[in-house]
Amino acid sequence: MSTIAINNPSAIHHDDHAHHQETFLTKYVFSQDHKMIAKQFLITGIIMGVIAMILSILFRIQLAYPDHSFPLLEVLLGRFAPEGRLDPNFYLSLVTIHGTIMVFFVLTAGLSGTFSNLLIPLQIGARDMASPFMNMLSYWLFFTASVIMLSTFFVESGPAGGGWTIYPPLSAVPKAMPGSGFGMTLWLISMILFIASSLMGGINYVSTILNMRTKGMDLWKMPLTIWSFLLTAMLGILSFPVLVAGVVLLIFDRSFGTSFYLSDIFIGGQALAHEGGSPILWQHLFWFLGHPEVYIVIMPAMGIASEVMSVNSRKPIFGYHAMVYSLIGITTLSFIVWGHHMFVTGMNPFLGGVFMITTLIIAVPSAVKTFNWLATLWRGNIRFTPAMLFAIGLVSFFISGGLTGIWLGNAALDINLHDTYFVVAHFHLVMGSAAIFGMIAGVYHWFPKMFGRLMNVKLGYLHFWLTFAAAYLVFFPMHFMGLDGVPRRYYAFTEFESMDKWLSVNVFITWSAILGAVAQIAFLFNFVYSIFFGEKSTENPWEANTLEWTTPVERIHGNWPGEIPTVYRWSYDYSKPGHDTDFIMQTTPHSQTMSSNLLHDFEGNEAAEKIQEKWNLEHNRIDSSEEVK
Amino acid sequence: MNIKRFFNLKSLFAIGALLSLTFSQVMAQDAVATATETVSKHEGLGKTVGYYILLFLLVCIFIGIIGKILSVYDLTRKIQGRRNGIKWDKINGILFGITLIVGMYGVYWSYSVQGAQILPAAGSEHGAKIDSMFSITMILTTIVLVLTHIALFSFAYLYNSSKKRKAYYYPHNNTLEKYWTVIPAIVLTILVLMGFFTWRGITNIPEKEMKAAIQIDVTAHQFAWDVRYAGKDNVNGRKNYKLIGGLGGLNNLGLDLSDKANFDDLKVTEIVLPVNKSVRFTLSSQDVIHSFYMPHFRVQMNCVPGMSTYFQFTPTKTTQEMRQDTDNPKFDYNLLCAKICGGSHYNMQFKVRVVSNREYQEWIKQQKLIVTDDMKKAYQLAMKDSATESNNKIALNN
Repeated sequence: MSTIAINNPSAIHHDDHAHHQETFLTKYVFSQDHKMIAKQFLITGIIMGVIAMILSILFRIQLAYPDHSFPLLEVLLGRFAPEGRLDPNFYLSLVTIHGTIMVFFVLTAGLSGTFSNLLIPLQIGARDMASPFMNMLSYWLFFTASVIMLSTFFVESGPAGGGWTIYPPLSAVPKAMPGSGFGMTLWLISMILFIASSLMGGINYVSTILNMRTKGMDLWKMPLTIWSFLLTAMLGILSFPVLVAGVVLLIFDRSFGTSFYLSDIFIGGQALAHEGGSPILWQHLFWFLGHPEVYIVIMPAMGIASEVMSVNSRKPIFGYHAMVYSLIGITTLSFIVWGHHMFVTGMNPFLGGVFMITTLIIAVPSAVKTFNWLATLWRGNIRFTPAMLFAIGLVSFFISGGLTGIWLGNAALDINLHDTYFVVAHFHLVMGSAAIFGMIAGVYHWFPKMFGRLMNVKLGYLHFWLTFAAAYLVFFPMHFMGLDGVPRRYYAFTEFESMDKWLSVNVFITWSAILGAVAQIAFLFNFVYSIFFGEKSTENPWEANTLEWTTPVERIHGNWPGEIPTVYRWSYDYSKPGHDTDFIMQTTPHSQTMSSNLLHDFEGNEAAEKIQEKWNLEHNRIDSSEEVK
Repeated sequence: MNIKRFFNLKSLFAIGALLSLTFSQVMAQDAVATATETVSKHEGLGKTVGYYILLFLLVCIFIGIIGKILSVYDLTRKIQGRRNGIKWDKINGILFGITLIVGMYGVYWSYSVQGAQILPAAGSEHGAKIDSMFSITMILTTIVLVLTHIALFSFAYLYNSSKKRKAYYYPHNNTLEKYWTVIPAIVLTILVLMGFFTWRGITNIPEKEMKAAIQIDVTAHQFAWDVRYAGKDNVNGRKNYKLIGGLGGLNNLGLDLSDKANFDDLKVTEIVLPVNKSVRFTLSSQDVIHSFYMPHFRVQMNCVPGMSTYFQFTPTKTTQEMRQDTDNPKFDYNLLCAKICGGSHYNMQFKVRVVSNREYQEWIKQQKLIVTDDMKKAYQLAMKDSATESNNKIALNN
């Protein structure tokens, strides 16, 4: 019943001519197939993620044992860790590159790049992206950006070190710190390539979704994943160019002597000639992207979690329309809240008040989403696949991290919490852990669509429970450090007597982080092993409704061997009363499900309603008029 | 038992792959170790690293064995046709139930043990207002945190999969959705209004009160603070970054001596504030952005090169009182830097004391003028030189 349009064997042969001669190079390297590009994004993203995680372990070791010497560090890092102790400037570089890689390379490109590419054509019923060539370019620009970003570790003065927000003048004046030398130049170049990559991707996603949906797939029949990818791409297209502008001006200030961000600086025994610029300008430009960026990171994860939770609870997502409108609300509001990063940076305090109002409004759509997820679980028939576990984990992190956003969005409270560990705890939970969990849920869930095999379930359980526990053990205590006024990006807590009491907590956090990192080996092993030896998947292993599960396991170029299937219903008809199975695929017409149709399903089509009413009379079915309010 | 053999082969292969992987890692580590053997201080490092890798390998094998036992157990049950193997859905559901209980206890423990280590009650007037907002926000968010997690984890515990049951088809309920849109909106409106007025109260200070406050000027630079008090006229003199290092290297703040207000300014090595008197800090930076952060007063404001920022507040507790309140005889107020500013960002501190008004008056009398006699002499010399050229810009050009 799930294969109406595609069970046509002659079509398979007919389509054979589409298989051009593929060499290794065109199939695996310079591929223009959206599924291969998705895999390229995913694997590059995972590699970058592992690197960024190792960086975090390095600086966590420094925080836990500020007085110890680790000869291994000197072997591995050379001049960056003389005598086995991290250099303070290199510590800042580690923090900076960890943040940059995680936010941009893993959670933007790795997440959106992977799942937008994989799922948009598959779930809306398209053969490929609107512009496959641009899609390929997008990946290769991203790859180049990644290589440049990592190459900064081989620069004499070290990688960029001004924090991932690279506030000038620290980032603009090479004399200010070693990390503002050539490493920073490469950082800026890498970011420009990265932004070009995400713009190409974003334009592709939007045009594919708006123009290439299959017959019957109107906007209100799209799965929430597609809605979230669409809105994420729009956010990216509108906000990333602003960062490019900011970055270009910073390059001018650094290399050509302009004064956009610099004024009245005396450094290294010398007064610089720059006058009239404002460091605050950078902050406005940066956060105009930077805040939407956190929604670019979390929204795809939300879409994935919604889909995964609906499939595995065997229930329709609760309040589909409210979910879409809350996504739209978040998208719109995210453009007018950037100032909440700048309450105490010297921005006009009145503006701070305004930004506080817009910021706290954004909690309303977020609350709606959370409650709707909870309602989706309520009275479900939950299958705890690893993907489902991670989706539930996302909800938990989103709540815990989101609630502290109410503190930080309040300008008065932010005075004391700004730039402390409280902020670190907040964003690592709400956009770090939550988004990573969304990404991992997606990997477990759509692995069969990428590699035709299933991942090991039990290793998935182990992976989830260790990671879930470790994430809370790492980030929960940080709230209290922040409430004690411990600033972030401190190389050591040894210089202030008041911070002594947190030294033991730091050791605990570091070991929890190591546990979390080791747990990822279960995932990496599972991932690589399953690609080659995993259990073979069936066409629709999760019994889901969406279109991608009507494609053959072989994952052919062009996605469907015959005609692209037509869509007749929304993607969330799970456990519909009156139907014999607990899912009805989007490709199943209502004429085949007379026993479960609701009058509401016909969207005001009176002829269809009459047929249904007649059928109901004939079959003594009385409950179809029962409408869910 | 075909199936069984297939499983065993597969697992053997898995362990083999793991072994070879880790073995090659060990080898690589050995190579590293041999390369550095010339450096005697790294002797034995390879062994240590190898030890941890072996330890990790053992854990992996242990987990692999447990996994194997579980799948054998699972299979035998299936073969005996008793039940459908291990009910993983149920186990995960129970784990969520346990997580709920352990998590709740963990939150309670964190709040009571680590919560006891956070900042003491604010030592300033506006800080008390912030603290009360803090309490309200904390109570509200904790309630939401606990309730939503009870829902989340207990749903996971209660509704795990069963073949006998079908999930409840419940696509939407507009009344419910209205409730959980409107209620958060109302709560947030209240929080926003409170926050807005508290924030305006802190940042929007009438001109008259600004002038009446004790004026203190703070200049941040890598990695120290320079603080000067305004002296008798309660006005801090002008500065110009181009003058820094002038007057024979003595003018490290770039004081513009053509402004007479500079001559009574005082240079201090610690910030001493009289209790219950309003103070107004004027903040600036010479090089990169720093952040003037005094957590005990709930005070933070960035120091930005090229512009001045301000923070005005009234301390309400002397250091002595704070020591009694916190039961910590070593307690001291602190000024630290909260904005990343370079290698020694983590150690940019300045001492702060709050004392009675009488003590303050005594202390301020002992403070030295910031414009020393040497500086005055150098300035007069420079002025004489420039007078001959009828161009007093020389002070600016050094």
